[in-house]
Amino acid sequence: MDLDPVILARIQFAFTITFHIIFPSFTIGLAAWIATLEGMWLATSRDHYHQLARFWTKVFAVSFAMGVVSGIVLSYQFGTNWSRFSEVVGNVIGPLIGYEVLTAFFLEATFLGLMLFGWNKVPPWLHFVACVAVAVGTTMSAFWILSANSWMQFPAGHEIRDGIAVPVDWMKIIFNPTFPTRLGHMVVAAYITTAFVIFAVGARWLLAGKAVEKARIMIHMSLGLLLILVPVQAFLGDASGLNTLEHQPVKVAAMEGHWPAEEAGPIPWVLFAWPNEKEERNDFQIAIPYAGSLILTHSLDGTIKGLKAFPPEDRPPVVIPFFAFRVMIGMWGIMMLTVLVGAFLWWRGKLFVPGKYLRFVAQTWPIGFIAVLSGWFTTEVGRQPWVATGILRTVDAISPVTAGAVLTTLILFVLVYGVVFSAGIYYINRLLDIGPDVSAHEDDDASALRPLSAAHDAGRKAIHAGE
Amino acid sequence: MDSLWFEYYLPLIWAALIGTAIVLYVVLDGFDLGIGILFPWTREEGERDQMMNSVAPFWDGNETWLVLGGGGLWIAFPKAFAVIMPALYLPIIFMLLGLVFRGVAFEFRFVSKPNHHWWDVAFAGGSVVAAFCQGTVLGTVIHGITVVDGQFAGGPFDWLHPFAILCGLGLVAGYALLGSGWLMMRVEGPLEAKAQRWAPIALILLVAFIVAVSIWTPLAFPGLTDRWFKEPEIYYLWPVPLLTALFAWLASRGIANARGLQTFSSSVALFLLCFLGLAISVFPYLVPPTITLWDASAVPESQLFLLLGAVPLVPIILIYTGFIYWTFRGKLKPGEGYH
Repeated sequence: MDLDPVILARIQFAFTITFHIIFPSFTIGLAAWIATLEGMWLATSRDHYHQLARFWTKVFAVSFAMGVVSGIVLSYQFGTNWSRFSEVVGNVIGPLIGYEVLTAFFLEATFLGLMLFGWNKVPPWLHFVACVAVAVGTTMSAFWILSANSWMQFPAGHEIRDGIAVPVDWMKIIFNPTFPTRLGHMVVAAYITTAFVIFAVGARWLLAGKAVEKARIMIHMSLGLLLILVPVQAFLGDASGLNTLEHQPVKVAAMEGHWPAEEAGPIPWVLFAWPNEKEERNDFQIAIPYAGSLILTHSLDGTIKGLKAFPPEDRPPVVIPFFAFRVMIGMWGIMMLTVLVGAFLWWRGKLFVPGKYLRFVAQTWPIGFIAVLSGWFTTEVGRQPWVATGILRTVDAISPVTAGAVLTTLILFVLVYGVVFSAGIYYINRLLDIGPDVSAHEDDDASALRPLSAAHDAGRKAIHAGE
Repeated sequence: MDSLWFEYYLPLIWAALIGTAIVLYVVLDGFDLGIGILFPWTREEGERDQMMNSVAPFWDGNETWLVLGGGGLWIAFPKAFAVIMPALYLPIIFMLLGLVFRGVAFEFRFVSKPNHHWWDVAFAGGSVVAAFCQGTVLGTVIHGITVVDGQFAGGPFDWLHPFAILCGLGLVAGYALLGSGWLMMRVEGPLEAKAQRWAPIALILLVAFIVAVSIWTPLAFPGLTDRWFKEPEIYYLWPVPLLTALFAWLASRGIANARGLQTFSSSVALFLLCFLGLAISVFPYLVPPTITLWDASAVPESQLFLLLGAVPLVPIILIYTGFIYWTFRGKLKPGEGYH
């Protein structure tokens, strides 16, 4: 069998970006969380905030290191694996990435040194400034990356000269029509992802009777934020979906598993099905009549173009966006239920009672990551077969490299990332297990000065006494 | 007239900017990669901590210049980027994997203590591989890349050439010299004395490499080096080798007298001169011997748009980078750390 470098390069890119995206979607939220904690410490002088900030900085350092190294890999892969992409859209995408480097990468990477190691070197307000700079940097990074990616989804503000995309209007390129909703959707997703990690870790510490007061702060702050952001995300997701329907109808057709060519009659919402691309229909379909029209067009008889309205060579593969989209929606449903039950318990004053709810919450830390990844798969696979819609197809974007070279490096990436990232996740988990070091400055965590077993008991008592 | 002016000077300005980013990268990440290269030469746990702590607050910012250098090449000269990257496919990816290992080692080493032996290996190994690959990348570009119809047309192992390998080894020695100079400046105690013993070995290797490349280049690539021996260039280029000899001598005096700053700054000067020599040799080619700056340029609209941002932002970046270095100034005593 002849190996196809395009398939291998796609697998390699999908693999490396899947690993990479986990870290920014965590560190964007985490940087903001640490800056918030430090701000609250400066405002209230409560030691808990300070200790929490210091603790989460350690977690941040490990995650950020993994995000940085896997991100540098991506920036060079544009050239190594996708040199035609670099050449054809480089004039447009390049400067956007350039602005990311100049406004975001340097800011976060440089102030990271001060954030991690400057606790005793600079006054607290300056350390707070460093944390804010890192948080601003991570968010700016999302701004430029999503701007570049949105342009690839729906190019605007350019013209084609000798087969090369050339910028004409930078405002149209940066703020292209699909950008604002996608940026909002992604940044909120990052905050939700981080908030669920903090929520879950708070529950875990509370159940273990560890750093109890800090665990409560974490639960209150994360649940409070989630109560706002999880519903907001539904609106942003809906706006993003409507936007996609307007600018990339074929992607929506794939997400919905909607085949009919002509715009006729109300459309159902497919709960489950197996899209059968060969016969251009769904197998095993379970669908709710009219619901598709309601969701997509906000009316009961609205209709959209199905996949058959587009020539087969311009359709994305259907199975991945179809299922990934459903996984994302499913995750949102679980999140919504979790925060609603949490809000109810909070209102009844039973939020901190150890039991099924907290044990469930302690397991929810991956939920945001799964939602982000499935959302990303939906939108990126849904863009295929184009790397820049209407300008360059993915098959034409490849470098003149041999399949053997791509396969070799693919295997290396799988091995190296396997080792490095399992170690990283193991260390993060261990840090979370150990919890903050409260022995040095301890106030209402009575447990901390005692031996470990006593700490457990005291912690448990504190939980029960608390409510 | 205006558009012609842009089309001539913008690529030159961008070449200068990317050159600056690459020099800054080589000097800044050079010393912290050098720390990794020197890592295996001490087995003392406390000294290894000291080595790592001396660069821990800076390495991340240092490495960002690599993104600006590589990214800048893409942004300003997409056609050169699209040829160079596939031609250097394997060494670039090996370099990236080396950087992955050493980058995570900074954090993993401290959180995995006392079971961190493998992260010591990852840090040292990753640094050596990254440095060596960067040298081979440079060597391959000087050596020339096979281009047909504006696209790379060679094989995956074109970079595996004795000249490129020599450049790889040279860069490892050079980074080790920068790392030794840095340690002489930044640490105290037995490690400072060790750095003083490592530095002359690195210096001798680096000088041997500079001599070898200076002889090899004109013999093997006459097209590139004509300008060194032609009139009138020869009249104003002769100080370059002379200054190189002078700074090598200053570096050796710095080492002998335990003057860290002198050793480090003379090593930086050696790097700058090598880079200048390289620029003189290849100019105006970006992909010798076929693609010039102007052939490879992005459209002026793109180059100008980013330049408008780079003009205020690069100085701001340099200012806050300087501020971070200033905050963590002074000698790190044995046992002192930021972690």
